[in-house]
Amino acid sequence: MTAPEQQRPITIAILAMGGEGGGVLAEWIVDLAEHAGYIAQMTSVPGVAQRTGATNYYVELFPKTGAKSNMRAPVLGLTPVAGDVDIVIASELMEAARAVQRGLVTPDRTTFIVSTNRVYAMTEKIALADGRVDSAALLEACRTAAKRLIHGDMAQLSEATGSVISAVLFGALAGSKALPMQRTAFEAAIHRGGVGVKQSLAAFAAGHAAAESGPAPAQAPAPQVARLSPALAPLYAETDAYAEPARTMIRAGIVKLADYQDAAYAREYLDKLRPVAEAERKHGNGSGALLAETARELALGMSYEDTVRVAELKIRPDRFARVREEVQAADGQILEIAEFLHPRVQEIADTLPAGLGNWLLNTGWARRFVERFTTKGRVVKTSTVRGFLMLFVVASMKGMRRRSLRFSHEHKFLNDWLATILRTAATDYTLAAEIAMIRTLVKGYSDTHERGRARYETIVQMLPQIASGPAPAATLAKLRKAALADDTGAALDAAIKELRPLAQAAE
Amino acid sequence: MAERSFKEEVEKLKLADGDEFHGEGILAVTKALLQSGVSYVAGYQGAPISHLMDVLADANDILEGLGVHFENSASEATAAATLAASVNYPLRGAVTFKSTVGTNVASDALANLASGGVTGGALVIIGEDYGEGSSIMQERVHAFAMKSQMWLIDPRPNLPSIVRAVETAFELSEISNTPVMMELRIRACHVYGRFKTKTNKRPEFGLKDALENPRRDLSRIAMPPMTYVHEKDKWEVRWPAAVKYIEDNRLNEFFDGEANDIGIVVQGGVYNTAIRALALNGLADAFGDSKVPIYVMNVTYPLVDREFIRFCQGKKAILIVEEGQPDYIEQNVNTILRRADIQTRVHGKDVLPMAGEYTGGVVREGIRKFIEKVRPDLLGPAAPVSEIAPVNERKDKAMAAVSDKVHGRPPAFCTGCPERPIFAAMKLVERDLGPHHVSADIGCHLFSIFPPFNIGATTMGYGLGAAGASALNVKAGKRAISMMGDGGFWHNGLTSGVGNAVFNKSDNVLIVVDNGYSAATGGQDIPSSFHPHHNRSTQNTIEKAVRGVGVNWVKTIDRTYDVALMRDTLKEALTTKEEGPKVIVAHSECMLNKQRRIRPLMKQAADRGERVVRERFGVDHDTCTGDHSCIRLSGCPSLTIAPNPDPLRREPVTKVINSCVGCGLCGEVSHAAVLCPSFYRASIVTNPTGWDRFKARFRAAVIGFFQRRIARKLQAA
Repeated sequence: MTAPEQQRPITIAILAMGGEGGGVLAEWIVDLAEHAGYIAQMTSVPGVAQRTGATNYYVELFPKTGAKSNMRAPVLGLTPVAGDVDIVIASELMEAARAVQRGLVTPDRTTFIVSTNRVYAMTEKIALADGRVDSAALLEACRTAAKRLIHGDMAQLSEATGSVISAVLFGALAGSKALPMQRTAFEAAIHRGGVGVKQSLAAFAAGHAAAESGPAPAQAPAPQVARLSPALAPLYAETDAYAEPARTMIRAGIVKLADYQDAAYAREYLDKLRPVAEAERKHGNGSGALLAETARELALGMSYEDTVRVAELKIRPDRFARVREEVQAADGQILEIAEFLHPRVQEIADTLPAGLGNWLLNTGWARRFVERFTTKGRVVKTSTVRGFLMLFVVASMKGMRRRSLRFSHEHKFLNDWLATILRTAATDYTLAAEIAMIRTLVKGYSDTHERGRARYETIVQMLPQIASGPAPAATLAKLRKAALADDTGAALDAAIKELRPLAQAAE
Repeated sequence: MAERSFKEEVEKLKLADGDEFHGEGILAVTKALLQSGVSYVAGYQGAPISHLMDVLADANDILEGLGVHFENSASEATAAATLAASVNYPLRGAVTFKSTVGTNVASDALANLASGGVTGGALVIIGEDYGEGSSIMQERVHAFAMKSQMWLIDPRPNLPSIVRAVETAFELSEISNTPVMMELRIRACHVYGRFKTKTNKRPEFGLKDALENPRRDLSRIAMPPMTYVHEKDKWEVRWPAAVKYIEDNRLNEFFDGEANDIGIVVQGGVYNTAIRALALNGLADAFGDSKVPIYVMNVTYPLVDREFIRFCQGKKAILIVEEGQPDYIEQNVNTILRRADIQTRVHGKDVLPMAGEYTGGVVREGIRKFIEKVRPDLLGPAAPVSEIAPVNERKDKAMAAVSDKVHGRPPAFCTGCPERPIFAAMKLVERDLGPHHVSADIGCHLFSIFPPFNIGATTMGYGLGAAGASALNVKAGKRAISMMGDGGFWHNGLTSGVGNAVFNKSDNVLIVVDNGYSAATGGQDIPSSFHPHHNRSTQNTIEKAVRGVGVNWVKTIDRTYDVALMRDTLKEALTTKEEGPKVIVAHSECMLNKQRRIRPLMKQAADRGERVVRERFGVDHDTCTGDHSCIRLSGCPSLTIAPNPDPLRREPVTKVINSCVGCGLCGEVSHAAVLCPSFYRASIVTNPTGWDRFKARFRAAVIGFFQRRIARKLQAA
């Protein structure tokens, strides 16, 4: 036979998630190609992926030009072959990385069109702290693997144009010039599709522009210019003495605590930090980690979430505006807001003055009486006068906070923690910085808070043992991560068990 | 009402002689059935042939116009038994289901059908759910063809080949009195292509004719002594007849090539992949012209000995490209050649993997290994290392960089799914009563085995959730919990699970997830669907059926989103002293289908100027502490995470995105689990009434007064 003809199909793989319109994109491509004189074949693997899982589409386009193609149909493939894909389109960054992982994107061939938005995987979302995968690393791998990378946040563009991501990606495909058809031919395919044409064309134009001009420069969130009241200005001025990264943290702490209570409370914060700054200067290794971490955690610890705080945040005017924007309520639409609150006896006692709070918790009949009203959660409609005033009254108890039961508990806890940090800093700076960080375990409300607190206590009690063992700071960091690994505490228990023999060995 | 509508596409089924059809493989199969003069079609939905059922349902008017009867079968067994109509009458019939799970269920009927044999053409269209995107265990339908002796057609994955396969399948079936299976892989079902159509054919002998002129033939009934006759007949009469038809009509295809001392044998369904693999090895062009001769088996069972002997004549080696395991074809070919004393070496699973889908990359490697062994001269010089190395290096570097960063994305419950709160409640019960043995079933509810719920120990098949717990029926401190969907319930669960538990005096708990549809397969209607249906009987409640087979403790929960009620009911079922099975019917409409139903209605109402309320949830980022407990009790796609705007916090905050449908679960869970006060429900009123506007103005005035005070205070602080 003669030497194999050089003609080959243009191969296109689309990686998307169920419900994103990957099928529409594939259909547009087929229609575009058929009208441009190509033979087009498309297939897909939706399977159970229609339920939010990863799905993929595969398209092959064959030009009807050569002598043979007038007489015979080409044999087109049904699966993308690693190393033989001309265009890969991914509607999300991790799906793009999945295409790289599967070897579909190769440096000698592939034009890679990537939407950099993230739709987090379940495993990333359910982490007790931060389980997100590093987006920069994913994008860098995409760049390494591709012959040409075209990327941008296409999801944002689709939202801005009120359309679907597939239209933006179709625009980016046109803008990439990876297919030999003109822009007008792409747009004609959208017209022929006939559904949501106007929005699709706007989204298409946005995608086209993004592909031609490259991604918009990442907009760093504008540094929050704190609205400084005269009362805070002197506190702020004091922070000039601190080096970064602590300075930024301390300033954020001042603003937060003044908002949480008052300027005097922020002053108290600075006073509490002073000995830590001293320790940083004496024992620091130049990283500034001890002061920065303590500053962060102390500010969060002092602004613990109590019912007063929650009520206050829920009724603020800017919050109403934020909700309106977030739920995309249009002008002329009326917005009603309902809160899901579940205060228990514990939270009510916490808000009361310490003496009264203790009495309530420890007096059987009183406790039972209050419990009768707190067995079920409450739905409070803040947008009604009644609901608003209810929270307004709770929020106005802010003045009593310093005398409350919870306040005395939290501050005793924080003082003990600070003392431990200072004591440790003299002998082991990095361990002290780690101790500063484990306060992060204490967060949230009710059960979550109690669980975190219990884990914190467990770890703190082991501090003498950890300090006498090898690599104390690393050990503590490991325990902190284990404590944040699951709800049940199994990982922490395992990590502690693992520690025991080591401690024995050290003896 | 199915998830995907084919109302417009079914118009293509009316195309006549010489028209060109453009569309999906599934639709082409339907057209081919009508061109073949089929009298009845039936089946049970399931990927990848769900759409075939949906097409048939949407084409019901066209079918009726042609005198074709269509049934949504109760199960694959029902579908297969439907073919009994072709045993005594010259009626062409086709049924469809997914394989191998559907074929498992259908086996009893198929074996009886195949034993007695058929008069009219009987076709089983098999959706082979194998390889990427599959939702079931990885097995081959080939074994069923062999065990019951049904012919297996595996056409090349292009529309003309698929259509021809359907047409010839009926003739093959009639000539050999044997039911025929046609296997379509996932991608072939969804492949978009074109073919020249023929005018639809009205059956000459109709179902009415059969009813009014009943016939019977004892020799076709599978009962001794006839069964012994059947077995002989299969081998002595039907097999040779089939082989002759296959040869005479050239159902299998031979393609010449210059390297005629070797050859490749390929299943029809894998042909395109094999050609691409050859092309990538420089051994074929884009039109299928190959240097290596190819024998395409469009019929993979039975094997035609004479064709193999002819193909292997003068060849030192052949490669068999046979997807899946075990290597039935390869074993059979070895036997054929040995008996004929032909010394051609047979390669196959030695160069290709035994298990797994034969994708382009896999077959490319296998063919290269084969050619290297038998005709290395055919492979051109390898590309210079200097060209390949940098490319591979970059690719490998990128692949290594993402290897531990790409998380799996298994299927999960949709936004607002009514099944999610059932598992959230089970999680809460787990906190109080400890973990229980949970026997899972097949259906959307099986997604509970994945994070965040991690619930469910085994799944034994569709409708077999309760049956899967039947051994765990002894007095103990805990009871087993079984899951079952409404689809599985009507498929067989009512008898295999519920009836069995009653009869064997089980104390276990069964939760029937009643969302009104066979939701996992695409939202088809079932007997307990809530809405009336113009040509099916719906609204037959599950509670009534369960009580009918003797269960006394039955609770129907009409709003699964009530997590506290769900939790308390389950707790009661697990602890009640009452004996016998405890059945909870958890009844709320599938949200995917509900949204499809009500979204357009809401939009129309809003456009007409009527008052419409849309609800959705949100999270206040300033009270969210980034623990994500709420996500661990939900896993809703609309409930996600976002960077924390608080510079002091590292953990991302929880965020509700605008795809939220306001199902209410977030609020219920934060109440039932005493989570946190960050959730709010927003009700957005479109076209508010005068009273609405008056209330809003009044509230704005009072609340605004206080808010201005708050703002002034904040300013001063």
